[in-house]
Amino acid sequence: MKTSSRKKAGLPELARKEWRRNWQLYVIILLPLVYLVVFHFTPMAGAVLAFKDFNIKAGIFGSDWAGLKYFRQFFNSPQFKTLITNTLALSFSQLVFGFPMPILLALALNEVSSLRFKKTVQLVTYAPYFISTVVLVSLVYQFLDPRSGFISQALQQVGITGNLLGMSGAFRPVYVLSGIWQITGYNAILYIAALSSVDPSLYEAATVDGASRLQRIIHVDLPCIMPTIIVLLILESGKVMNIGFEKVFLMQNDMNLIKSEIISTYVYKIGLVNAQYSFSAAVGLFNSVVNAALVITVNRIAKRFGEVGLW
Amino acid sequence: MVKTQQRAPKAPEAAVRKKVNQSTGDRVFMGLIYTFLIIALVLVLYPLIYVVSSSFSSAHAVISGQVWLFPVEPTLDGYLRVFKNGSVLTGFKNSFILLFVGTSINVVMTILAAYPMSRRTFGAGRLIMRLFVFCMIFSGGLIPMYIVVNSLHLTDSLWGLMLPNALTVYYVIIARTFFSTTIPEELYESAYLDGCQDFRILFSIVLPLSKAVIAVLALMYGIQHWNSYFNSLIYLKSQELYPLQLVLRNILIQNSVDISSVADMKTMLEMEGMRDLLKYALIVVSSLPILAVYPFVQKYFVKGMMLGAVKG
Repeated sequence: MKTSSRKKAGLPELARKEWRRNWQLYVIILLPLVYLVVFHFTPMAGAVLAFKDFNIKAGIFGSDWAGLKYFRQFFNSPQFKTLITNTLALSFSQLVFGFPMPILLALALNEVSSLRFKKTVQLVTYAPYFISTVVLVSLVYQFLDPRSGFISQALQQVGITGNLLGMSGAFRPVYVLSGIWQITGYNAILYIAALSSVDPSLYEAATVDGASRLQRIIHVDLPCIMPTIIVLLILESGKVMNIGFEKVFLMQNDMNLIKSEIISTYVYKIGLVNAQYSFSAAVGLFNSVVNAALVITVNRIAKRFGEVGLW
Repeated sequence: MVKTQQRAPKAPEAAVRKKVNQSTGDRVFMGLIYTFLIIALVLVLYPLIYVVSSSFSSAHAVISGQVWLFPVEPTLDGYLRVFKNGSVLTGFKNSFILLFVGTSINVVMTILAAYPMSRRTFGAGRLIMRLFVFCMIFSGGLIPMYIVVNSLHLTDSLWGLMLPNALTVYYVIIARTFFSTTIPEELYESAYLDGCQDFRILFSIVLPLSKAVIAVLALMYGIQHWNSYFNSLIYLKSQELYPLQLVLRNILIQNSVDISSVADMKTMLEMEGMRDLLKYALIVVSSLPILAVYPFVQKYFVKGMMLGAVKG
């Protein structure tokens, strides 16, 4: 009821009218607002912890100020460069190799005239999306097991031996490829929908002009889904600092840590495992701020391009 | 709805394409496309088939790499061990509680947030929407969140997995888009003229018209509850509260399964085999609830994605 009281100060009559007309709407949204305050705004205020020397007895707000001490500690630490590099390298390899796949799948499916075949491919490629991260990573572990895994056995035939899970160099390829396996079918949905709304007369005109199938894809399909591609690409690149914790954490081991330690896993370890609350909060806040700036910028660009944004 | 409407004009067009201009180049190209799609199909399907077949094979066949397509020396050993494992059963119980209670909370909260914001006559709508979007973009971070949850005494309780995630802002936006695009303004006006107020409008008019979006929300939240392990990892201490994914993590990834108590294990190799067999069976059992329903609810996911793509 923040608004109604704010308005009451300046425009009491309007506020009273608004309240009389919409008081039930305010009652309906009360619970979600309480939720926002408790589980979003309070932690945001609690992020002030990053500027304090946390003392459990004094609590967040009673602890002594530490200024930028923990931020300096982070920026000067040897991990800083590694963490940023790992986070960005993982995000960008996922973007570069993962992003085109759903587009290829959708374009190929769009050429197929047999509805049954099309539906089968869609149904199957869609399925891995529903597998949990824990199961996905355990599949990777099983299949890459140097003794019994079928992928590592096949790789041995072509001369690639050794335990891929223990090689730091294999971490990113394995992460990206398993991600492509899981998400391509699901991400193709939007493109398939965009392709199905392409005006059929465009195909006819192209055919009359003697265009081959490939030419029709390049000159009709691609331009038609280009706005979707651009918007999704922009939105995806807004997530580069926010790569998920769950999968990376499960795929980490002592051998690949040099490549697999990213900001979110580091925040978890120093904060909740080593209990360095203030330092961890500082790293987390740094990440939140950079990430928010990225998302806002990217959303602005997306809106300018395709008039589609996240909000 | 959307799909059928869009597909209708495609049928004659496909026929035209077939008749006209099937040059050699086009035929080769179509061959390439089918090859690409079949390879994609096999690449996705094979690991799934391999897991299911392994789960029905004998421990010996699994560890010696004899399984490649069909079950070898078929048994139900793996499954028997899964259902004898106490922590797996507890995990299932906890995950089902989270699935039903958590998802119900999510759907109710999301609708309570989305409906008022979808109303054009709601004076504070834009401001509240900004607050929600702000929370979507910016977060206080892991540690402050943990401290808040801890000070509310929600750690080490299933409530700690449900209340802090009572709604996802992105899904609120989806629901709001649905309300504001499918329910015409005239309906509200005539309801007001008939003396209907917002409580009744929401329950008697809007909700009955919103079954599709409720299904979409329930599915998306349900999958989240069933598949996530991060929150349980940080908030839970007692093993008897562990949801399935955390139990799975311990067994599948950290290899902490106790099968040495089983008397008929003779060699290390056999134990390894049994461990793998148990893992495969566990993977099948834990993924089955979702994989079994998804072909039937697929269209709701598609719908959810499309709603998310439409700007509010």
